[in-house]
Amino acid sequence: MPSWLLLLLVPFVVLNVVIGMVTYVTLLERKFAARMQSRIGPYRVGPHGLLQPIADALKLMMKEDIVPDAADRTVYNLAPIVFLIPCMLIFATIPFAPGLGVGDVNIGILFFLAVSAMEIVGLFMAGWGSNNKYALLSAMRAVNQIISYDLPFIFAALIPVLLTGSLKLGDIAAAQQGSLLKWFILYPVIGQLAFVMFIVSTLAAENRVPFDILEAESELVAGFRVEYSGMKFALIQLGEYAHMIGSSFLGALLFLGAWSGPGPEYLGPLWFLLKAMFVFLLVTWIRWSFVRIRVDQILALSWKALLPATLMLLISTAVVVVWRTGGF
Amino acid sequence: MNVEQARASLASTLAVDIAAGAPMTVDVPPARWDEIARYAKETIGCRFFNFLTAVDWKEQGLEVLARVDNLDEGVSLMLRTKLGPGVNNCASLTPIYRGANWMERECFDMFGIHFDNHPDLRRILLEDGWEGHPLLKSYAVDTPHPPYR
Amino acid sequence: MLDVDNKTRVEMDWSGPERLQMNMGPQHPSAHGVFRAILGLQGETVVDVDAVIGYLHRCHEKLSETLTYAQYPSIASKTDYVAAMTSEFAYVLAAEEIGKFEVPKRAQYLRVIVAELQRIASHLLWLGTWCMDMGGALGGGATIFLYCIREREDILDLFESLVGARLLYGFFQVGGTRYDIPDGWAEQCRTTIDRIDSRVNEYEQMLEDNAFFLARTQGVGTVSRELAEDVGIAGPLLRGSGVNFDLRKNVPYSSYGDFDFTVPVETAGDCYARYKVRMAEFRQASTIVRQALDALPSGPISSRPALKSVAQIRIPKGEAYARVEGPRGEVGSYIVSDGSAKPYRMKWRGASFSNLAILPHIIPGHKVADVVAIMGSVDPVFGEVDR
Repeated sequence: MPSWLLLLLVPFVVLNVVIGMVTYVTLLERKFAARMQSRIGPYRVGPHGLLQPIADALKLMMKEDIVPDAADRTVYNLAPIVFLIPCMLIFATIPFAPGLGVGDVNIGILFFLAVSAMEIVGLFMAGWGSNNKYALLSAMRAVNQIISYDLPFIFAALIPVLLTGSLKLGDIAAAQQGSLLKWFILYPVIGQLAFVMFIVSTLAAENRVPFDILEAESELVAGFRVEYSGMKFALIQLGEYAHMIGSSFLGALLFLGAWSGPGPEYLGPLWFLLKAMFVFLLVTWIRWSFVRIRVDQILALSWKALLPATLMLLISTAVVVVWRTGGF
Repeated sequence: MNVEQARASLASTLAVDIAAGAPMTVDVPPARWDEIARYAKETIGCRFFNFLTAVDWKEQGLEVLARVDNLDEGVSLMLRTKLGPGVNNCASLTPIYRGANWMERECFDMFGIHFDNHPDLRRILLEDGWEGHPLLKSYAVDTPHPPYR
Repeated sequence: MLDVDNKTRVEMDWSGPERLQMNMGPQHPSAHGVFRAILGLQGETVVDVDAVIGYLHRCHEKLSETLTYAQYPSIASKTDYVAAMTSEFAYVLAAEEIGKFEVPKRAQYLRVIVAELQRIASHLLWLGTWCMDMGGALGGGATIFLYCIREREDILDLFESLVGARLLYGFFQVGGTRYDIPDGWAEQCRTTIDRIDSRVNEYEQMLEDNAFFLARTQGVGTVSRELAEDVGIAGPLLRGSGVNFDLRKNVPYSSYGDFDFTVPVETAGDCYARYKVRMAEFRQASTIVRQALDALPSGPISSRPALKSVAQIRIPKGEAYARVEGPRGEVGSYIVSDGSAKPYRMKWRGASFSNLAILPHIIPGHKVADVVAIMGSVDPVFGEVDR
């Protein structure tokens, strides 16, 4: 196979797998939430509702695409795509197994963090282009929130980097292979604290309850996507869930040992997927049991608690690492 | 002030007899409407504003009622004033009781009573362009209202 | 912004303090019906609010002048459709007071039982919707909402086996009640309230152990005692502001004096205080139901014959104001009778109407997110606000 074909084929496969996963992860979340709420969840389309995501996707594709008169058409139409691209790009550097991935570059985690922060551009474009007051307020909140929470998110993600000594995601994963105790979540004290902070900032970065102030349907109806319908809405939804899955994979990779697990090596990607889904369900669990907090409280939580805490943790991790490698 | 003291003090202030019974019903001349309400709030301690409404007595004119309570002592006052035939002006209680604001707007909406000194006298339940005041006895139930019917 | 008629862009006026006029409602996920709040925003902070009501106005007061005393009780339930029993209760009490009708003891107890069950059902709906306002339909609030709805269903089942209807009942009639409890109903009722009691404890734990819930409710929407009385808010709101006043205790009607219960009072006056009062009322209401079921006397359920014609009930000339303690506070009915089969004038004192009037006084200064939290804690039912 010529190498240029491989270069095209691998991203194509990854993209499609991600899109397929997004559709089914929505079903997983709905089923999980339904069980939490003593409901059954989707049940009618296909056995146990298994075809529900496909029906949803079909419905969204066939819906009329409405563009508000007052909208800034260029920005409005471009926003879902601008939003979706970074959400898909974050999968580029994730190695799903040793050597299996689009490109395990040497600044992988930096790329991930940088690109995932880019989604705010699309989000703000959606909020601004809709020319709707709810959407505008939501876009302003989104910018506030992303600025506040990207710092703790990055600091929490940098702790495994410090422990490994490499920015390459493949190296971080490889450092956790071999035994359960090598997983960074089991690193004494630092690992657990970092994981908790990572989950909290992930929630905020993904705009999930209790940090979903930009969506906030009880205040801002649907926030930045209130004017979107049909396929554009589907693209935004796709982007959100892709981002969520990407963050779950990152969490599993950074703290839960990525593809390490019992059984033969080819089961590695499966273990990775299961761990990512565990992180995803953890986030979902939090989402369906908390109430939303207010915008000023969210900012206070970030700047007054989470940011100093992650910073302190980062510094202490650095000290520990230097001490353990005999640097003093 | 308990019930008996309240009755005695109101009777002397208004120079009328007030019948026993709960609630204490007090007929007030329209000119002294807000003065007596202030007296009820500040002297008798009826700080709880319960409701304000009106009754259309056809040819005898409109009557405005307000009920205020002293929750601690259990004193309930029903203040009434007959505006007289053809009169639809009344002093507003909103400067005294903030709760009278919406109630008076409702009375204006339903009976067309103009409350002087009300800060914001607009229709509240019906739309702004509504014709007539539905709770007046002269307003027939089947009054047509384009474009609704 | 856009001028809708001309479809042209209109420049926003940026001179002076930057303000954004935002319409919340009339159709809005957390409007609890049809309510429009025109918010003036400076950034995220609300600086002024104009409440627009009347979208659900059906002119109940004019309607009642055209309906007889036998017909109207079942229409009365349509004012406050979340607590239909209490509105009927207030209306028939007023009519009985003018007509000086005796109500048999059994009917009085039955009235207390349904009124208290209705209070539990209404508070359950309040808890669910309020949490959903704060937590979002796609968040933890929806979880509480679905739990509460599950429990409320049980009470509606009880009402269904009692009356045959689930939302609007027509259980009351002048002189008593229209239906007696069927066989086995008392047992079913006991197990239901026992279950609800234990579940309410769970919800309380789930919410009060949640720091985010406390952050959203404590210190938000504080109503001082002075303001509470001045505006005339009632029920859990009044008691949340430190006024120990409950009609069931202070002015007992319909044998409430026979039962042993306490009136919860909180002094903070914020959303959390109102929440605490209502959570305590769950327990008090179920205590009253248990006592009433235990002591339910036998005998007739109405002092008047069963209804055969609509103009059957005539009450003498007179006027009366009867009030009951509904889930949202004092629900009053002022009836002026001219001796015919229909009232000359009927005034509803809707608890929600008075309670909602507090909003313009307390919302300014809060954030947008607090508006829905405050409104939810007021627990308005727009059928009763607009009547």
